[in-house]
Amino acid sequence: MAEPIKVPTMAEYMAQGKKPEVLFWVGCSGSFDDRAKKITKAFVKLLHEAKVDFAVLGTEESCTGDPAKRAGNEFLFQMQAATNIEVLNGYEIKKVVTACPHCFNTLKNEYPALGGNYEVMHHTTFLKSLLEEGRLKVEGGKFKGKRITFHDPCYLGRANNVYEAPRDLLRKLEVELVEMRKCKSNGLCCGAGGGQMFKEPEPGNKDVNIERTEQAMEVKPEIIAAGCPFCNTMMTDGVKGKNQEDKIEVMDVAEMIANAHDL
Amino acid sequence: MQIIAQVAFLIVLVAGIAFFTRNIRRVIRNVKLGRKIDRSDNPGERFAKMARVAMGQSKMVKKPFAGFLHIIVYLGFIIINIEVLEIMIDGVFGTHRILSFLGAGYNFLIASFEILALLVLLGVIIFWLRRNVTNIYRFIGNELKGWPKNDANYILYFEMVLMILFLTMNGADYQLQLNGAVHYAQNAGIVGSFPISQFLLPLFEGLSNATLIIIERTAWWLHIVGILFFLNYLYYSKHLHILLAFPNVYLSKLTVPGQFDNLEAVTNEVKLMMDPDADPYALPAEGADEEVPEKFGASDVMDLNQVQLLNAYTCTECGRCTAECPANQTGKKLSPRKIMMDTRDRLEEVGEIINEKGSFEDDGKQLLDNYILREELWACTTCNACVEACPIGIDPLSIILDMRRYLVMEESAASTDLANAMTNIENNGAPWPYNQMDRLNWAKEN
Repeated sequence: MAEPIKVPTMAEYMAQGKKPEVLFWVGCSGSFDDRAKKITKAFVKLLHEAKVDFAVLGTEESCTGDPAKRAGNEFLFQMQAATNIEVLNGYEIKKVVTACPHCFNTLKNEYPALGGNYEVMHHTTFLKSLLEEGRLKVEGGKFKGKRITFHDPCYLGRANNVYEAPRDLLRKLEVELVEMRKCKSNGLCCGAGGGQMFKEPEPGNKDVNIERTEQAMEVKPEIIAAGCPFCNTMMTDGVKGKNQEDKIEVMDVAEMIANAHDL
Repeated sequence: MQIIAQVAFLIVLVAGIAFFTRNIRRVIRNVKLGRKIDRSDNPGERFAKMARVAMGQSKMVKKPFAGFLHIIVYLGFIIINIEVLEIMIDGVFGTHRILSFLGAGYNFLIASFEILALLVLLGVIIFWLRRNVTNIYRFIGNELKGWPKNDANYILYFEMVLMILFLTMNGADYQLQLNGAVHYAQNAGIVGSFPISQFLLPLFEGLSNATLIIIERTAWWLHIVGILFFLNYLYYSKHLHILLAFPNVYLSKLTVPGQFDNLEAVTNEVKLMMDPDADPYALPAEGADEEVPEKFGASDVMDLNQVQLLNAYTCTECGRCTAECPANQTGKKLSPRKIMMDTRDRLEEVGEIINEKGSFEDDGKQLLDNYILREELWACTTCNACVEACPIGIDPLSIILDMRRYLVMEESAASTDLANAMTNIENNGAPWPYNQMDRLNWAKEN
């Protein structure tokens, strides 16, 4: 049994009168979803590896309100935002990193007008900056030469124009990066956004994640790389739905880097 | 005889422009039915975006073939309109090719118009084939059945006829100049250069000058009357984009696509709720008007903002949004194009009521349910593909979101599973029913 990983909280930092370099916003998926928790842990291992001085809010963190806002419940969103901003401002947070593009988008773009101004980074962009600062080494390891396609999360790519950071990291892993027919600004959604994650799809002839999985299968990848816990769930289900789970893995970019390091 | 033609022309011209002005004023009036929205910020950036996206057609060429053809038709439309200026002056003053004093420059202009006219004709024929013969997904949507499909074809026929008339007029004029016909032939020799319409000359062989004049005059008249008719057809058609694309792009959202607006009315409510000094039992101030609480979200066109309504008039129903929509691609009812078409149809219906009765009276209908179904709204993943796809800055997603806001905040009409997720967020800070106190448990697990 491995040791539990060390995850300092803001409350602990505060008690010691310290401030971390960056706050890791874990998000609901990253905290509770069994699959997404693996991504969270992988990312934390990388933070330790790069000796990043970080902390989490732990039990003081709450949903950013993204699914509520996009489902039409602006009221609930703004309640969540007000509460979260109070906590974040209370700790005088300046810089936030998150592995969820939905949290990323909301914190970065929709909180400022409500009084929450932080430098917010998606974990792929953050990892890339660690790489550039020489704090983290990314090497191919077991992914070298593997055929990998990256599925753009809508709220990272189209919504915020971040397309290259995750791809740059994958290139550092020396993988064979192949692009799907629909990628980057033309990328197809996994089907989870706008509250769809929490409801049954409307009647149609196919589920969106199946359509997207089929697009991924066209380029015959060994791994579908993702950068969003919701996309990860949707694509994993899609791969299962197409009975491809023996051939295709769905992994977060952070997990791949951590695995390449044997962390 | 000549003076009658001039007077007739003047009447047609003034009537055409007057009717067009009336229609444009209706568009403006109807757009103003929407909520005010401030887009007066960053004029420089807005202008640059308009120059790039609307004038420069930068998003059209994302589909290279259709984009290329569209640029030809667009350039043709703009450049050939310089010739319309001359036609109007000739019409009013009874002159013949008044701008021909420009000499070589004039010949160059006429030659370019002719080449463009031919290219436009070819482009429009290919457009027609794409729409009616090939199986392009975005041209076979349900919402295109009936009038929208006919409308699209009428526009193409119109442009074909106008180009043919233009070339016929030039060809007959050229032949008349060659024949040395009175009024046409000028001392300077042949005016204008006719690289395309010269090939029509064999058709005019053996015709008398009188017949040629009839052909030339008929083509001239039909061409200019056709243009005036087309100008007035715009208001009834999806073709308004040729004018509205420019203001529409200028007024489009500049922030990143992922940033949705925070409803100010809600912010005020939330602030009040969180304010420890607020008196929850406070009575309205003495003498203050009984305040009607602002409606959250949109159930009808008047609840949308003015830019959203301008979006609806600007939409040219190309369907690039719908073709990119994940919900539409997987057989759901949602089509972002239909959202825009429905918004315009309802807005026109409201406008008609105002035309008849002077002001809007409740007609028992609204945009929600009578036009846009809940099933469409709930199929959206808010992925922004439709917004990204639109070549002229239309934002169907913002309308979908505003209508969802109405459904959730005014009608509490979210589906049970979605409502559960929201209750969970409210009670325990996550869309799933986990205790907030367990939020860090992952760190203790292996």
